[in-house]
Amino acid sequence: MNEVLSALFAPGFFASDPVRAALVVGAVVALVTGAVGVFTVIRGQAFAGHALGEVGSAGGSAAFLGGANPLWGFMGIAIVAAGLIELLGLHRPRARDVATGLVLGAGLGLAALFLYLDATSSSTTGVAVTILFGSLFAVSQQMLPSIVALSAVSLLVMAVCYRMLLLSSLSSDLAAARGVPVRAIGIAYLVIMAVAVSLAAETIGAILATALVVGPPATALRLTKRPGGALLVAGLIGVVAVWLGIVLAYDSYYWPPAGHGWPVSFFVVALVFVFYLVAGALTGIAQALRKRRWETAPRLAASGCAEHPGDAV
Amino acid sequence: MNVPAPDPSADDAILNVDGVGVWLAGREVLRDVRFRIMPGEFTGLIGSNGAGKTTLFRVILGLQTSSTGSVLVGGRPRNRRNPIIGYVPQKIFLDPDMPLRARDVVALGLDGHRLGVPLGWGRRRKAVDSMLDAVDARRFADARVGNLSGGEQQRVLIAHALISRPRLLLLDEPLANLDIGAEGEVVALLARIAREQRIAVFISAHDVNPLLPVMDRLVYIAAGKTASGTTAEVIRPEVLSALYGQHVDVLRVHGRILVVAGTEGPPAVMFEQPNSAAVGPGIASPR
Amino acid sequence: MVNTWIAATLVAVIAGAVGFFVVLRGAAFAAHAIPHGAFGGAAGAVLIGVNPIAGLGVFAVGGALGIGWLGRRGRHDVATALALVLMLGLGALFLSFSVEYAAAVYSLLFGEVLGVPSDELLPIAGLGIACIAALAVLYRPLMLTSIAPEVAEARGVGAQRIETGFLLVVALAATMTVPVVGVLLMFSLMIGPAATAGSLTRSPRNAIALSVLLALATVWLAVAVSYLTNLPVGFFVGTLGAVSYGCARIWTARRRGRTAPA
Repeated sequence: MNEVLSALFAPGFFASDPVRAALVVGAVVALVTGAVGVFTVIRGQAFAGHALGEVGSAGGSAAFLGGANPLWGFMGIAIVAAGLIELLGLHRPRARDVATGLVLGAGLGLAALFLYLDATSSSTTGVAVTILFGSLFAVSQQMLPSIVALSAVSLLVMAVCYRMLLLSSLSSDLAAARGVPVRAIGIAYLVIMAVAVSLAAETIGAILATALVVGPPATALRLTKRPGGALLVAGLIGVVAVWLGIVLAYDSYYWPPAGHGWPVSFFVVALVFVFYLVAGALTGIAQALRKRRWETAPRLAASGCAEHPGDAV
Repeated sequence: MNVPAPDPSADDAILNVDGVGVWLAGREVLRDVRFRIMPGEFTGLIGSNGAGKTTLFRVILGLQTSSTGSVLVGGRPRNRRNPIIGYVPQKIFLDPDMPLRARDVVALGLDGHRLGVPLGWGRRRKAVDSMLDAVDARRFADARVGNLSGGEQQRVLIAHALISRPRLLLLDEPLANLDIGAEGEVVALLARIAREQRIAVFISAHDVNPLLPVMDRLVYIAAGKTASGTTAEVIRPEVLSALYGQHVDVLRVHGRILVVAGTEGPPAVMFEQPNSAAVGPGIASPR
Repeated sequence: MVNTWIAATLVAVIAGAVGFFVVLRGAAFAAHAIPHGAFGGAAGAVLIGVNPIAGLGVFAVGGALGIGWLGRRGRHDVATALALVLMLGLGALFLSFSVEYAAAVYSLLFGEVLGVPSDELLPIAGLGIACIAALAVLYRPLMLTSIAPEVAEARGVGAQRIETGFLLVVALAATMTVPVVGVLLMFSLMIGPAATAGSLTRSPRNAIALSVLLALATVWLAVAVSYLTNLPVGFFVGTLGAVSYGCARIWTARRRGRTAPA
């Protein structure tokens, strides 16, 4: 047993402070993005979610320029972008798509500007990589309380709005008829999504944040039919992906090329993708089994239908 | 299930659906559907939402394989590239922002399935213009199609389907979401096309009433089973009760038909609505 | 500097034409994901010492096919997002292995339009012509599947096949232009001008022409201003795209407002 453990967890894994912080932050963020992401997938807003992450990198780089923690920059600009998408997007899917694209284009333009200024003002060129691709091990200890608090607030707001959000995601007309303020819920949801994406951007990087926001929820929605269950399953899948990613990244210091760790973000993304494919394969197998069970059924029904009154017509 | 005895001219039928059954995800969606449509006939496919209308259309179009039975279009087994059938779908994707004029949509009906950029603009334009005239849509030929009203969009779509000179026109719920005036205009237009160009029109609807004045025959569909014939032959309590598997009354009020579910005793009356298109075929469940 | 003008002009023509279909089909996410994800391939190519264009091409085509394949089994936007992050994750891995990565990331993401070598012009022109030819061949089925996929299906046009073909055209465009102008510029040029043109004209042919013209104007202006201010060209392209669309929307809204009450 000990051998298995020591093969899995490289020496010093649990003793390392950055690792412990990464495990906590990663789990908290994965739970939030899982819960928020289920609605992102149901509402078909994966593009908006991704755009918020990338646009956030403009804020991250601007905050870096001003000497603040990138998280605040991420979040500030992501919330502004969320408002703009909602404002421009109207309710037609295609107009929404274009509005998201335009906000994304403009945001990336700003990111280009700020990253350029970052690179010229400080002599370190690594800032672009840190902001865009992130590193769980580099999350500063003093940000931990803020991250946990923001996550708790997001989950709380989600819990309060849960039923209204679900109803308006299924049918905005139905929700409006029941007196749900659909527009306000839509904006509130985009703001929560902006916060969740910013948290993910802080941990696995702005352009990979989408992996946590879309991947585990899409996987969960393949595995479970109940929306409430999907929130939980998505959070758990996210936690597993992040923790396993941290373990593998820590282990990878001993993999080739020697003395060089593989990025955590890569492992998290790859695991999320594999989980999605496996869930798809599982549901495919389940469907095939159900179909085989039904293959005998038509014959039974066909033989039974002779007595059915419908045939007397 | 065909009410009139099969006549020797059956080979002339433009559409012959014979014993079609469809199973989807373990559910029987259509069972032993059989009917015929002759050239130039105006036929309604009447049934409520979920009765299997769209599935039946998809089988006729060759987009859905049937578990049993056969479909002959123009006397031959259907295939995907069947120019004999023109199709007007229920759902199309048009935004007011899309740079497409009515005439562009009609032109796509002519050759939208071909590769390459269109050539011979003069000839194409003439064909499109005459088709727009035929459906009385010339006025808004150059308007953005996303800005047109529901009835105007239906005309454009009908022109889109007709320009490839089909002999059978399938329309999936073209009257849904139209106001009464537009509804009547579209029905009259379709009747004229069927009569003048001898194109068989097969139209699905959840309300029988708007089609009553023009319909030659109808196919009534409920729970995946069908009954076909003339209105008088099909819209009868015995026939519909057998179809639904419960007692059904047929009421005729001011020349309109109401189909009402009822138990023994007085029928549960469904109030006639000014625009019963929104109500459905009128199966009110017994209280 | 002359090379820059030629390259920028070629890119604008391609982006304007491809962009029309991107906006028509509501495919902005895929148009963003394919070039962006392809950047991972360039990082891999740099790592193993081959021409970045080869890496871009492999990842762009792989991404297009992957989105098409995954999209058949699940939601299209989810498929796009996951294919994108997988390619980017691989890019992050490759980057972490290479030595001088930071500068390479920046130039691949945000482009180096002010430093195009002469020997890259010919391949760009070649791929550009291939792109336009492919669009011309697919023109009518692309239009038909955009508005009525069921009708297209009934007439023997496989909507899935056309979709994959279109994604491959986007991949082609990405391969030729990303090494020159970067992911960001390519995406902004596909969306901004085409969306603006779409809200100003009514016929598809005019919209394509206007989209190309606007893309040209955007690029020329952005390159000139970037040259003068020494700030990244991508910033100006992104901003100009959003501003021109905003102006077009305001203009059409005012025009509609003036005619509506009459």
